[in-house]
Amino acid sequence: MKVTMTVNGKAMSAETEGRTLLSSFLREGLGLTGTHVGCDTTQCGACTVHVDGQPVKSCTVLAQDVAGKTVTTIEGMANPDGSLSVIQQAFQDNHGLQCGFCTPGMVMASAALLAENPHPTEDEVRHHLKGNICRCTGYHNIVKAVMSASGATSQKLAAE
Amino acid sequence: MHDFELVKPASVAEAVAALAAEGAQALSGGQTLLPSMKQRLAAPDRLVSLLDIPEMRGVCHGDRGLAVGGATPHAVVAREAAARYPALAALAGQIGDPAVRSRGTIGGSLANNDPAACYPAAALASGATIVTDRREIAADDYFQGLFTTALDEGEIITTVHFPIPERACYMKFEQPASRFALVGVFVAKYADGVRVAVTGAGEDGVFRWTDAEDALTADFRPEALQGLVVDADGLIGDLHGTPAYRANLIAVLTKRAVAAA
Ligand SMILES: Cc1cc2nc3c(=O)[nH]c(=O)nc-3n(C[C@H](O)[C@H](O)[C@H](O)COP(=O)(O)OP(=O)(O)OC[C@H]3O[C@@H](n4cnc5c(N)ncnc54)[C@H](O)[C@@H]3O)c2cc1C
Ligand code: FES
Ligand code: FES
Repeated sequence: MKVTMTVNGKAMSAETEGRTLLSSFLREGLGLTGTHVGCDTTQCGACTVHVDGQPVKSCTVLAQDVAGKTVTTIEGMANPDGSLSVIQQAFQDNHGLQCGFCTPGMVMASAALLAENPHPTEDEVRHHLKGNICRCTGYHNIVKAVMSASGATSQKLAAE
Repeated sequence: MHDFELVKPASVAEAVAALAAEGAQALSGGQTLLPSMKQRLAAPDRLVSLLDIPEMRGVCHGDRGLAVGGATPHAVVAREAAARYPALAALAGQIGDPAVRSRGTIGGSLANNDPAACYPAAALASGATIVTDRREIAADDYFQGLFTTALDEGEIITTVHFPIPERACYMKFEQPASRFALVGVFVAKYADGVRVAVTGAGEDGVFRWTDAEDALTADFRPEALQGLVVDADGLIGDLHGTPAYRANLIAVLTKRAVAAA
């Protein structure tokens, strides 16, 4: 069955089976490989994208179940001129990534937080990112990046 | 995952008809069902998605308390129940992580009846009524053991009614890897008595701690629980905690819940 949804502002379609996951639809159907699949078991959050503005783990959503909806992936996060968005730039400036595997999911989860709560506390950031696992950074620089993207002037984090 | 057909009914009546087929199963948020299908623990021929049925979504207030639509995601309950039933909203806001809360629903959680899930404790402690496409089931009759409920094949939870307590609190001791409750205790004080429901600990799933209910109905203070102990017999023992450890946690969390309610 052909499924169409609005992905990063454009109507996009690909063939699906009932079991096609949103992550496969995006990566294999549309070639948007920025969404990473780390665990495929709903644990790591690397595959996080937005559906109608809400963060979801795309490895645990069926493509046909969200047909017609509005999806945003990491490919839709940069500014229209191609420069990095505030959140992406903050990850770079604060060394919020090393290997980069978790980063698309971290950026999407952080963007969802800041859309709902533009000035979170450090605790709120950590709580919100609980479903996103990073094996490299030890999280502190990720939290710093999100705080800095929220406009908080840099203060020492709890663990420093 | 084996392939299947996905159908998307627009009403409860259509969903019930679609579920009558051999090998059909309901799908809500899929946060439990899809992982178990990937592990081939389930292989339905047809999934009937309940997420886009308007009559099954949302939270509203009426003479029976708070009515939560069966397909309402945890994130929506966390937001929309906050004014009327803050303890329920707080419970919903602590389930898993934000992405799980965007999709996972109260109906899916109660139908699954995982022994470590949060909503069963809220439903049992609130004396909730589980409304299905064909009848109403009192929470006291609904939970029937591990992953077992009073629901029949193809029966769907359309609404859950929660009587609103005078005071209530859910205390969850989180198992950090799964984010489920290692032990969770929901305490709710009503005009006619206190109810205490425990999740994460019972070998048969969620249960009421009646000794604590009696003590708290007489005197709703943490001190009223002094000296009460939970029998470790029948409690879960696994690599995260022994039955005795869980028994102790139940008493500690109940006191904390009463103090914070
Ligand atoms: C990483 C992670 C962390 C989690 N942490 C927690 C936690 O801390 N606490 C907690 O309680 N839960 C937790 N969960 C589970 C989560 O809350 C699930 O969303 C929930 O248990 C199932 O709801 P669902 O809507 O996703 O159901 P689904 O996965 O779609 O369905 C589950 C079962 O219920 C049936 N079903 C679904 N809807 C209905 C209905 N309306 N009527 C009848 N049957 C129905 C399905 O057929 C299936 O058998 C977690 C899950 C994950 C992946
Ligand atoms: S790949 Fe989806 S949560 Fe890990
Ligand atoms: S940067 Fe490597 S997993 Fe997070």
